[in-house]
Amino acid sequence: MKSYLEIDHVGITFPTDNGPLTVLEDVHLSVNEGEFISLIGHSGCGKSTVLNIVAGLLQSTNGGVVLENKEVTDPGPDRAVVFQNHSLLPWLSVYDNVKLAVDQVFKKSKSKAERDEWVRHNLELVHMSHALNRKPDEISGGMKQRVGIARALAMEPKVLLMDEPFGALDSLTRTHMQDSLMEIQATLNNTVIMITHDVDEAVLLSDRIIMMTNGPNATIGEILEVDLERPRDRLGLAEDPHYNHYRAEVVKFLHERHQHGEAQPQAAKTQEQVGDPEETPPLSLVSGG
Amino acid sequence: MANPITSSKTIESATTDKVFGYLSGEGLTRSFSKFARNIVVPVFALFVFLMLWDSGAKQVQTSLGALPGPDAVWIQTQALYDEHNAERDKEAAFYERLQKRVDKAEAAGKPQEKIDKIKNRQYTGPETFFDQVITSLVTVMTGFILASLIAIPLGIIIGMSQTLYQAFNPIIQLFKPVSPLAWLPLVTMVVSAVYVTNDPMFSKSYLTSAITVTLCCLWPTIINTAVGVSGVSKDLINVSKVLRLSWFTKTSKIVIPSSIPMIFTGLRLSLGIGWMVLIAAEMLAQNPGLGKFVWDEFQNGSSNSLARIMVAVLAIGFVGFILDRAMLMLQRSVNWDKNAILR
Repeated sequence: MKSYLEIDHVGITFPTDNGPLTVLEDVHLSVNEGEFISLIGHSGCGKSTVLNIVAGLLQSTNGGVVLENKEVTDPGPDRAVVFQNHSLLPWLSVYDNVKLAVDQVFKKSKSKAERDEWVRHNLELVHMSHALNRKPDEISGGMKQRVGIARALAMEPKVLLMDEPFGALDSLTRTHMQDSLMEIQATLNNTVIMITHDVDEAVLLSDRIIMMTNGPNATIGEILEVDLERPRDRLGLAEDPHYNHYRAEVVKFLHERHQHGEAQPQAAKTQEQVGDPEETPPLSLVSGG
Repeated sequence: MANPITSSKTIESATTDKVFGYLSGEGLTRSFSKFARNIVVPVFALFVFLMLWDSGAKQVQTSLGALPGPDAVWIQTQALYDEHNAERDKEAAFYERLQKRVDKAEAAGKPQEKIDKIKNRQYTGPETFFDQVITSLVTVMTGFILASLIAIPLGIIIGMSQTLYQAFNPIIQLFKPVSPLAWLPLVTMVVSAVYVTNDPMFSKSYLTSAITVTLCCLWPTIINTAVGVSGVSKDLINVSKVLRLSWFTKTSKIVIPSSIPMIFTGLRLSLGIGWMVLIAAEMLAQNPGLGKFVWDEFQNGSSNSLARIMVAVLAIGFVGFILDRAMLMLQRSVNWDKNAILR
């Protein structure tokens, strides 16, 4: 059977002042419908580049992306993106931000009343119905990201692309958002590709974790199938040996075999998170929980 | 009601909170120091300024006598106000006489055209100082609005294309520093040559002044609009790409709202420049506004002239200040970024 989304031997080369720079090389991945995929890897390994190529915001130099037997050439609402910094229009209310997307996508297929209903429904889904008329400046970071997710879901995308959706949130808010996302995923069963820096997040949410090697010439290093029963419960899994095994696999890949070029081993930290070397000090190994 | 002995924090109302704040000694000092900073200090500074002006002006002797101090300026302000009222009375009296003549003519059964001829007579007395302020305001707003109508769309187009920006930038940089006095002769000649009509709707001096203002206050709006438009966040542009917004929707829903703060910064700068340019333009073009008033008083050379010019100087400053405040309020009301500090 032909897969739903095929990332077919994709590579991308950027011209720079010091000659061409190959960021991605031979990235090959088949995604099934309804599958939740995480991309994990160190900063600068081209995770976002993969996502942007699938979104159509970047054009690959080699290979291509095929979604439902159609090649992806430009951006479109069938591949909705949830951006890391929410990217809501600050001059529009929460409602109007989602409405802009709904009006654009369902201009012809839905009546005005149906579109209004659809906007409200999607905001309800992310528990933001109480703040319809607030401006993005007036709500918290987690709420903004909820609205960003509602906007993306409202486009009824074939694939939902999430670029470190919870990266800018504090860890408590992040766990709430992860739970919300799992809940939504249980109802809608979307096909999702999510970029993350967070090992726990990847294991908790994904069906498969795509671990990427370091750039330049980054490619897929290993693919880990996460065979944990859904619905998954954060508390229950903390003690689960399978869960901890998966977690350890990812940590080993990231820190033993593909340690970041600039990363130096450091004293243990309590929470694994692959840090951006510019922003946070590089992380290192912790015994697997 | 709440028991006044309990801490004010237990009481919800902000007003009662304030009252307690005043009653407690600490609150009193705080509110007093706020009062001192906001009222006493500026008033004191103004007082010192007036003193320095008064004593300094007496030291400067000109062919028209010493420079006017605050007292002379105040007297002339009143004189100008009285002249204005007297002129208005004369005008009213003129129209009253005119109406009587019309009534008389109608009673005598004169033909309609003759009555119309009487009716259409206009009062032709001199413009008062206050009329001239109004003329100046109308002229500057004409020039400013004309400039904005050109500059905002042009700025948006230039800002959206790197190529157009590169093409226009040298031209803008070349014309931006040009003085209004350099434009004026050219504008005067062009207006005289192009605006030829037997029944002019506008006077040539008005057009010349307004167009000169336009030429000088185009540039800040163009530059700021272009910078604002080119600085639209890349993420928002990506949102518009993912949504496949049309060029028009993208411009109206994302690009323009996003650059509104910069557009208004440009407009405010433009209006400030326009008002300065106008006074110079009116002097040379003889548009009956504040510039002409200053020039006429200078040519007049009476013992009151310097004081009357000083009144005009203060009026120019005051009107400029009001225009700037009005723009600031407009800017605040349309600015979506409520965290931005505008002053």
